[in-house]
Amino acid sequence: MTAYAGVPTLVKLIGRRDRIRLAVWVYAIAALIAATAYSFRGLYHTVAAREAFGASIRANATLLALDGPLFDSSSTGGLTAWRFAGIASVIAAMASVFTVIRHTRAEEESGRLELVGAGVVGRFAPITAALYVAVGMNVVAGTLVSALMIILGTPAAGSIALGAGIAGAGIAFAGIAAVCAQFTEGSRPAIGAALSILAVTFVLRAAGDSSSRGGTSWLSWLSPIGWAQQVRPYAHERWWVLALGPVLGLVMAMFAYALVGRRDVGAGLRPPRLGPASAAPRLRTPYALAWRQQRGSLIGWSIGMVLLGLVFGSSATSVGSLVDTSSQLRDIIDRMGGTHNLTNAYFGATFGICGLIAAAYAIQATLRARSEETALRAEVLLSTPVRRLGFAGSHLLFAAIGAAVLLVGTGLGAGLAYGVARHDVGGQLAALLGAALAQWPAAVVPAAIAALLFGIAPRATTAAWGILAGFVLLGQIGPLLRLGQPVLDISPFTHTPKLPGSTVAALPLVILSAVAIALTVAGLAGFRRRDIG
Amino acid sequence: MTTFRPTDGAGPAIVVEGLTKRFGPTTALDGLNLRVATGEVHGFLGPNGAGKSTTLRILLGLMRADSGDVRLLDGDPWRDVATLHRRLAYVPGDVSLWPNLSGGEAIDLLGRLRGGVDTKRRDALLDRFDLDPRKKARTYSKGNRQKVALVAALASDVELLLLDEPTSGLDPLMEEVFRECIEDEKRRGRTVLLSSHILAEVEALCDRVSIIRAGRTVETGTLTELRHLTRTSIHADLAAAVPAALSSMPGVHDAVVDGTQVTCEVDTEHLDAVLRLITAVGVRSLTCQPPTLEQLFLRHYGRTGMDASDSAHTITSGAGAR
Repeated sequence: MTAYAGVPTLVKLIGRRDRIRLAVWVYAIAALIAATAYSFRGLYHTVAAREAFGASIRANATLLALDGPLFDSSSTGGLTAWRFAGIASVIAAMASVFTVIRHTRAEEESGRLELVGAGVVGRFAPITAALYVAVGMNVVAGTLVSALMIILGTPAAGSIALGAGIAGAGIAFAGIAAVCAQFTEGSRPAIGAALSILAVTFVLRAAGDSSSRGGTSWLSWLSPIGWAQQVRPYAHERWWVLALGPVLGLVMAMFAYALVGRRDVGAGLRPPRLGPASAAPRLRTPYALAWRQQRGSLIGWSIGMVLLGLVFGSSATSVGSLVDTSSQLRDIIDRMGGTHNLTNAYFGATFGICGLIAAAYAIQATLRARSEETALRAEVLLSTPVRRLGFAGSHLLFAAIGAAVLLVGTGLGAGLAYGVARHDVGGQLAALLGAALAQWPAAVVPAAIAALLFGIAPRATTAAWGILAGFVLLGQIGPLLRLGQPVLDISPFTHTPKLPGSTVAALPLVILSAVAIALTVAGLAGFRRRDIG
Repeated sequence: MTTFRPTDGAGPAIVVEGLTKRFGPTTALDGLNLRVATGEVHGFLGPNGAGKSTTLRILLGLMRADSGDVRLLDGDPWRDVATLHRRLAYVPGDVSLWPNLSGGEAIDLLGRLRGGVDTKRRDALLDRFDLDPRKKARTYSKGNRQKVALVAALASDVELLLLDEPTSGLDPLMEEVFRECIEDEKRRGRTVLLSSHILAEVEALCDRVSIIRAGRTVETGTLTELRHLTRTSIHADLAAAVPAALSSMPGVHDAVVDGTQVTCEVDTEHLDAVLRLITAVGVRSLTCQPPTLEQLFLRHYGRTGMDASDSAHTITSGAGAR
């Protein structure tokens, strides 16, 4: 068992280092679910009210794609499970990915693992400790969800199924992340790979759940995110589905252990290739350097966004086809403005999601400047005649242009897929490209906040992610909690035009752009004045 | 041993006066003075945390001084960043490179940003430092990353080199190569500010030395000047009994007399009188050890340290006395 020596010590070390991070993840999952259940309980008192709400959901492929299938609309628990089982699973999966890679590959990359490995620590101890902590975090989060749901008065069986399903998705991704951590030498590509798998599973689930009547609904079963929903909490629970997540996690973990046994500490499975002995002629400016550093991630995100656009565009055709199911549904859809408007609303909502993704990209592109600084690479660069504005600007440019590229990517994907289905590629492409790009001003505001933090409070730059999460929550549960419009207006995403299908008011877009520019300028001014390091 | 060049009349490359820098409650620099003449190799010594790297960062305009005057190549390092940086190259103590760039790419990039790379010189340096430029930076060891930064700095056509413990990761063979390179740079008339912990290296390379401690300059001057401030160890075997007067002479410390043998420490300015006294008795053998930089170093780091002479250069018989 010497290969596992030191696991308890490492678990304690991770617990000490991540005591706040872990608590925040657990809190985010539990609070999201509890707040939703609480507000549903307040909003829809009667079974009739809940059923009516449920019918409007079932008519809307957008909501099914985003949130998942609705199995039981008669109870508060059923509505809560529909609304957030999937999203909470995504959060649990992200928590697992970040936790596992942070304590395996990132530690190896920084060389800290060597320091630890020189002590009495077995070969498999670091990965085991990271997996223990990740699994423990998910179990605590799941238990907390179950307990809160029982306290809120929903049936115990459903509550347990809901909590366990979310934990299961998180555990599956802990295993997936452990495998991803073995392949590359850098932690960034490992996180990128694991999150890409998460994105694919989300899209599979979205495509499966929004497809009308069977068709491709089996796609949901390929997704660990879908499993948490297919347990059917509060709707005659299928307990055996709960086994899928932990089993996948276990299989993946065993695979990761096999890989650990085959490679050296610090090395990836792919041997590093030799690079060129001298630089290409164009590598002579900070912008060329930033392009070298950021192009891989931009290309990866762009491909993902085009694929997402294709999925959204092709499932848009099924939005209208739900109409023939019942006259009750037809009434609801008519009240919502007919199938045409429904399709427009679908695109509006999906592009809203794409706007958030573009915002996430822009934040990470902006924060690259900060990670260059903490890695002491900025110091090397700034000891040459490169000016501070040139260095910061080279990364900010990627944030701004990259966000636009991603939105163009989704617009293209959606326009092509939907245009082909409608035999109107030209018209749909133009309309959907425009609709996607309308998200741009809002999408760059969080990155501008990150730039401001970078300039004036560099130690607090990660708060930009918290602010983005706040905007997302405001958009997701703000209306449920009946927060007032002034509160909702805090989020830039409240102000994006609902395109396609409405006229564009220029003023909000101009104001959003002006806010983004002002924040960025203030951040750059701060950066010019402060110490590096 | 080093031959000392008098500092000539050219304007100083670096002038720092009364420099202070605080980070929250801690004072990193507390009235530091530093003067580096054009064309000299200046050793910058100090224990860990003395403020060497902070000083270099201020000289590079990466950090702003709280107070004090800082002039670098007749410019303000905070304001004239781009123009000054064209004329200098910097090797940080902890070299961090872009993981997905090869060493050669990093060298070319840094050189081009500084205004151009001399390819022939670059290739010669790669050869001398035995560095494979095709490896990706993430696969380099600390020493190899340092070589990348050194090659990039030495291959650039600049007046001033700021080197922060540049050999801390190099093996002894490469340290030797580094010394040769700095000797070359000195001949070419470049100014070098060399922060270092390797005293033999500083002794071998530097014209002048500044020793700092807790953010202040405690000593500055040529090694000869600094040696004047300290003591020489003498061990002598005399023809007759050691005169009793020796132990009580001014400037003599820790004298141990054993019949005809004596071991003592002598303040440099009293060396002449002591030697006259013992040569009057008659000398059978004489070992005279000039103070090493290490002793200077230890003295200023707060320890007495005058007995740390095991590795000292030994000059036998009359050679030690002038």
